[in-house]
Amino acid sequence: MILDLMAYGAFFLTMALTYAIICLGLNVQWGQTGLFNVGIAGFVAIGAYVSALLTTPDAPGRFGGFDMPIAIGWLGGALATGFATFLVGALTIRLRADYLAIATFGVAVAVQLCVLNLEPVTGGPFGISFIPRPFASVAGNPSLFSALNLAVLAAIVILLYLALERLARSPWGRVLRAIREDETAALALGKNAVRLRLQAFAIGGAIMGLAGATQAHFIGFIAPDNYMPTLTFQVWAMLIVGGSGNNRGAILGAVVVWGIWAVSASAVSTVFPTEQQARAASLQIVMIGAALCAILLLRPRGILGEVRMFHRVGPATGNDQPPDPPVNEPLHAEKP
Amino acid sequence: MQAGFATNDLVNGSAPLIQVSGLVKHFGGLRAVDGMSMALRRGEMVGLIGPNGAGKTTLFNLIAGALKPTSGEIRIADIEISDEGPEKRIGRGVGRTFQIPRPFPEMTVLENVLTGAQNQSGERFWMNFVGTGRVAAEERAALEKARALLDFVLLAKLQNEPARVLSGGQRKLLELARILMADPEVVLLDEPAAGVNPTLLEFIIDRVRTLNGQGKTILLIEHNMEMVARLCGRVVVMAAGKLLTEGTPAEVSRHPAVVSAYLGGVA
Repeated sequence: MILDLMAYGAFFLTMALTYAIICLGLNVQWGQTGLFNVGIAGFVAIGAYVSALLTTPDAPGRFGGFDMPIAIGWLGGALATGFATFLVGALTIRLRADYLAIATFGVAVAVQLCVLNLEPVTGGPFGISFIPRPFASVAGNPSLFSALNLAVLAAIVILLYLALERLARSPWGRVLRAIREDETAALALGKNAVRLRLQAFAIGGAIMGLAGATQAHFIGFIAPDNYMPTLTFQVWAMLIVGGSGNNRGAILGAVVVWGIWAVSASAVSTVFPTEQQARAASLQIVMIGAALCAILLLRPRGILGEVRMFHRVGPATGNDQPPDPPVNEPLHAEKP
Repeated sequence: MQAGFATNDLVNGSAPLIQVSGLVKHFGGLRAVDGMSMALRRGEMVGLIGPNGAGKTTLFNLIAGALKPTSGEIRIADIEISDEGPEKRIGRGVGRTFQIPRPFPEMTVLENVLTGAQNQSGERFWMNFVGTGRVAAEERAALEKARALLDFVLLAKLQNEPARVLSGGQRKLLELARILMADPEVVLLDEPAAGVNPTLLEFIIDRVRTLNGQGKTILLIEHNMEMVARLCGRVVVMAAGKLLTEGTPAEVSRHPAVVSAYLGGVA
């Protein structure tokens, strides 16, 4: 019983961490740069399909697969999505936020329709199955299998977190925040807003692609239905709940919202009779919506909120400086 | 001195640092700047005055690259840059402040100033992984300079506060420090005295004079004629988008067309 619970816990956390990766990508785009990407599902799909094509065995009647190692698939998925995001960004990054949202939503719909109809490449509505799973040799031991997968996903999330924190605190991250807060003033300071926004958009897209790839390999099967707008909504809810602009918030939000999703799915299957469950599944989205409303009312900046990036290099000049405030003080922290 | 290209011949044989020729900017049917010409010599401090709607800020935005001219020419150090974007102006040595200050409100005062640093390796994202030593060294140097500039504008004590808590006058000083971080040769100051209390005004006048003394070329839009008279050796007067006249503060204040323009006769 305990082993089953642990296996489920590991499975739950692994899925939550795949969403955390998507959420970290969105945080680069929206939290740091203010790019309103409503096409998340499309970018995740690109990563998933590219990785699946690269790593599955040769399939008759379908392009590929190329039977490459999983790591190559993940890298390829991230790079391909980063490149696709760069191309989309090159066309749309100058658009105002609301128009960018419409454009990226259109891209996601186009990607979803492509994977649905390009059957010789994507398997069409049947999707791609038999995607190799990491540690498949120990799949007979669910606890160990889940624990190893969780360890891999946790390592990826930690590495991404550290890299993104470094970027957020770097001059690059500082300029991105400046562009987000006042592009006109940033331009007057010689900052190339278009180039930096494009970089942030492509980096965020590559991270989403990596998330799609890891998710595909964790589940072992992908189909167009996995990449509907609901996915985009879930990830946005995760970032807002956790705290936009905060990498730790992005990870926490993913775990919390995925938890609500899992608990509500369990509640639906318990409370409603079998014939009503498909319809009652919509209540899951209602519950996430309710959580989103509650967070926006109680903590408008999310559970953690954006942190102010204080500089820790070198001492302040003069003898009468106030002591440095603590690093990572939330912006909404009250002054003493 | 009457309207015209009066400053072209004042440069000891070298080209003016900034030269504007026949500049026109239309907004629909409105000719906000209508054939304006002027020049700015290296090291001088020039006041740009005129009644409301004269086109001063539009001219400022054209020189700063925030607007593209409908026609005419802007040259910086004898290079034609009329169509270059605003982000290229700092590279040409031209920095600006805004009529209504535009700090980055959620960033700290120190970060605001650091954003003005130029040619930082760390602004290329990959350098933060492959060139960390160089990035850290540049950042240390930038921090030292930013703190010195905050001392210069008396905002050092507020360096870790978000810029949104600053008063209007402090925001103007922050903008000045931020643009000085880029070390521009020319500083375009858009109404630095507007809405500033008398004590702070004296401080701003002192800082602007110090900067000019350090060799910065300054173009100053200002309605405060006393400030213009105290700071500027030469004043350019605009009205209805055109150059009305130019000369010393005493000359222009006596000029009948200037008096008429301020009383509504021209504008």
